[in-house]
Amino acid sequence: MKFFHLIRGNLLRHKLRTSLTLLSILVAFVLFGFLCAVKQALVGGVALAGADRLIVRHKVSIIQMLPESYQARMERIPGVAAAAHQTWFGGIYQDPKNFFMQCPVVPEQFMAMFPEFILPADQMTAWLATRTGAIVGRNTAERFQWKIGDKIPIMSPIWLRKPWEFDLVGIFDGKEKGTDTTSFYFRYDYFDEARQAQNWGQGQVGWFTIKVDDPAQAAAVAQAVDREFENSPAETKTEPEGAFAQAFVNQIGNIAFIIAGILSAVFFTILLVTGSTMSQAVRERIGELGVLKAIGFTNRQVLGLVLAESCLLTVAGGGLGLALAWLLTARGDPTGGMMPMFFFPVRDILIGFALSVALGVITGILPAQQAMRLRVADALRRM
Amino acid sequence: MSDQPATNGALVRVEGVEKVFHRGTEDIHVLANLNLQVPAGEFLALMGPSGSGKSTLLNLIGGLDRPTKGRVSVAGDHIEKLSDHQLAAWRARHIGFVFQLYNLIPVLTAERNVELPLLLTHLTKAERRKHVETALAMVGLTHRAQHYPRTLSGGEQQRVGIARGIVTDPTLLLCDEPTGDLDRKSGDEILNLLQALNREHGKTIIMVTHDPHASARASRTVYLNKGELTNTPLA
Ligand SMILES: Nc1ncnc2c1ncn2[C@@H]1O[C@H](COP(=O)(O)OP(=O)(O)OP(=O)(O)O)[C@@H](O)[C@H]1O
Ligand SMILES: [Mg+2]
Repeated sequence: MKFFHLIRGNLLRHKLRTSLTLLSILVAFVLFGFLCAVKQALVGGVALAGADRLIVRHKVSIIQMLPESYQARMERIPGVAAAAHQTWFGGIYQDPKNFFMQCPVVPEQFMAMFPEFILPADQMTAWLATRTGAIVGRNTAERFQWKIGDKIPIMSPIWLRKPWEFDLVGIFDGKEKGTDTTSFYFRYDYFDEARQAQNWGQGQVGWFTIKVDDPAQAAAVAQAVDREFENSPAETKTEPEGAFAQAFVNQIGNIAFIIAGILSAVFFTILLVTGSTMSQAVRERIGELGVLKAIGFTNRQVLGLVLAESCLLTVAGGGLGLALAWLLTARGDPTGGMMPMFFFPVRDILIGFALSVALGVITGILPAQQAMRLRVADALRRM
Repeated sequence: MSDQPATNGALVRVEGVEKVFHRGTEDIHVLANLNLQVPAGEFLALMGPSGSGKSTLLNLIGGLDRPTKGRVSVAGDHIEKLSDHQLAAWRARHIGFVFQLYNLIPVLTAERNVELPLLLTHLTKAERRKHVETALAMVGLTHRAQHYPRTLSGGEQQRVGIARGIVTDPTLLLCDEPTGDLDRKSGDEILNLLQALNREHGKTIIMVTHDPHASARASRTVYLNKGELTNTPLA
């Protein structure tokens, strides 16, 4: 780029003004990155939910339980490939604010249902061999610095109202970046036997996940499942897994809309700030632009120089802001467990980069056209 | 070019040129039916009272502006026939400008200022550097190559301006009061330089000046007054 020295020199002409503009662009893009990560945390589960999975819960509410015996009946319904159940344990590890989900599950069924959880084979074997064994996602294991072999005490206010002790036999990873690796799973057989002591809830589970043979038939299968349990004491409500997560997001409000609103306001402000910097930059330099034209720079080249300058400014500010946002969000969930999928997706980084280029073009185009239209003889008289 | 040689020995031909500026509803008639021929190799001084249109004429010859009427040709090219885009390229190839206020780009070093016109050519980086070195050596400023304009004296800045004007080896060097802002000693250095460029390198130069001391260095002087050119100053 032959003209680099000229463009850089012009940007550095007013170091304070350029720094302040750069800083405001940077802040806007850090905010952009953070809000993208928040949005990802809230709606990411919806997008990642398997299209071939349905959730079966009690018709009245999610906190009402279903008989474990439903599983065999579900698996007989045509179109159902497999079923697995989970139950809300609601335990507390040391302090209530150390929130993460724990569920008793049937290991083979569960791991087959959720292939996005990667557990080494030897750890799976250990889990099957250890009645009090439990596995946990990488995220939570790192959060509490648990190692395989640790004994994990978890107090349950629901079940037995006493500390349960589990042997950590495995740590699983997520297949994709957005996969939730915060949860803790232990064996249902151990759980069901232990809760006999309180003589309540035996044979009851929280909800089922079923896998369908053909995602296109998911709606029909859901209806068939609900019909199967119609008029029984525990009627069911079956929904796609995505809808289940979506319902959760809807409770929080239309997050994407709010985020878009905030970002529009921020970027509108940045547009004005950068636009005024650039038009000032051209106005104070009319004579010099005249000299360039006298030397033989074409109108188009002058237009390009001004546009390159504004784009360099916004891409530098935007790039630094995106990098900073990435660093800040790379440390993961800032709430300590409430937003397991908090990260800055690559797709949004690319969108942010495109946004910074667009910002440069939009803020540069009017001053650049002004520079382009300058008549040489007039411009030189203003040197 | 089909209508070459348009020159009959003259490099610059100004024929029947009229220039009218419009300021609001007012018309300002600056040049009227003006004719001028400058042969190749001449060092021409252009004098005249302030506001007589000297800069206007220089701009027309340099392709910075277009005549209201009449024709201007340089080296056979009729510049009123060129589009703005063609004219810019034409200026880059044929014209070197030297301005009264030097008009250097303050954010570039002396050598990068001199390099500017070369950025519009197809020269490689190494070739550009060679040309810049040669031009700076011709004006005696090799040791100031890395300096920014604000750290140079007026005379030195004008020498950088001349180096920038000649670095592409243009057909014609146009100087608008090149010594107008300089003291006598620095002014003399500039005039020596222009004279050397004319005599030793055969550069054709047109120089606008108010200073008889400067015009004395030229090979010919013409006077512009009330829109007309004469060979003698009006009393
Ligand atoms: N772009 C323009 N628009 C309107 N009027 C102009 C323009 N350029 C020049 N003029 C007018 O034309 C006249 C001649 O101007 P010009 O700059 O050519 O004079 P000059 O002989 O170079 O004067 P000086 O010795 O002061 O430099 C002046 O009256 C000036 O105001
Ligand atoms: Mg003038």
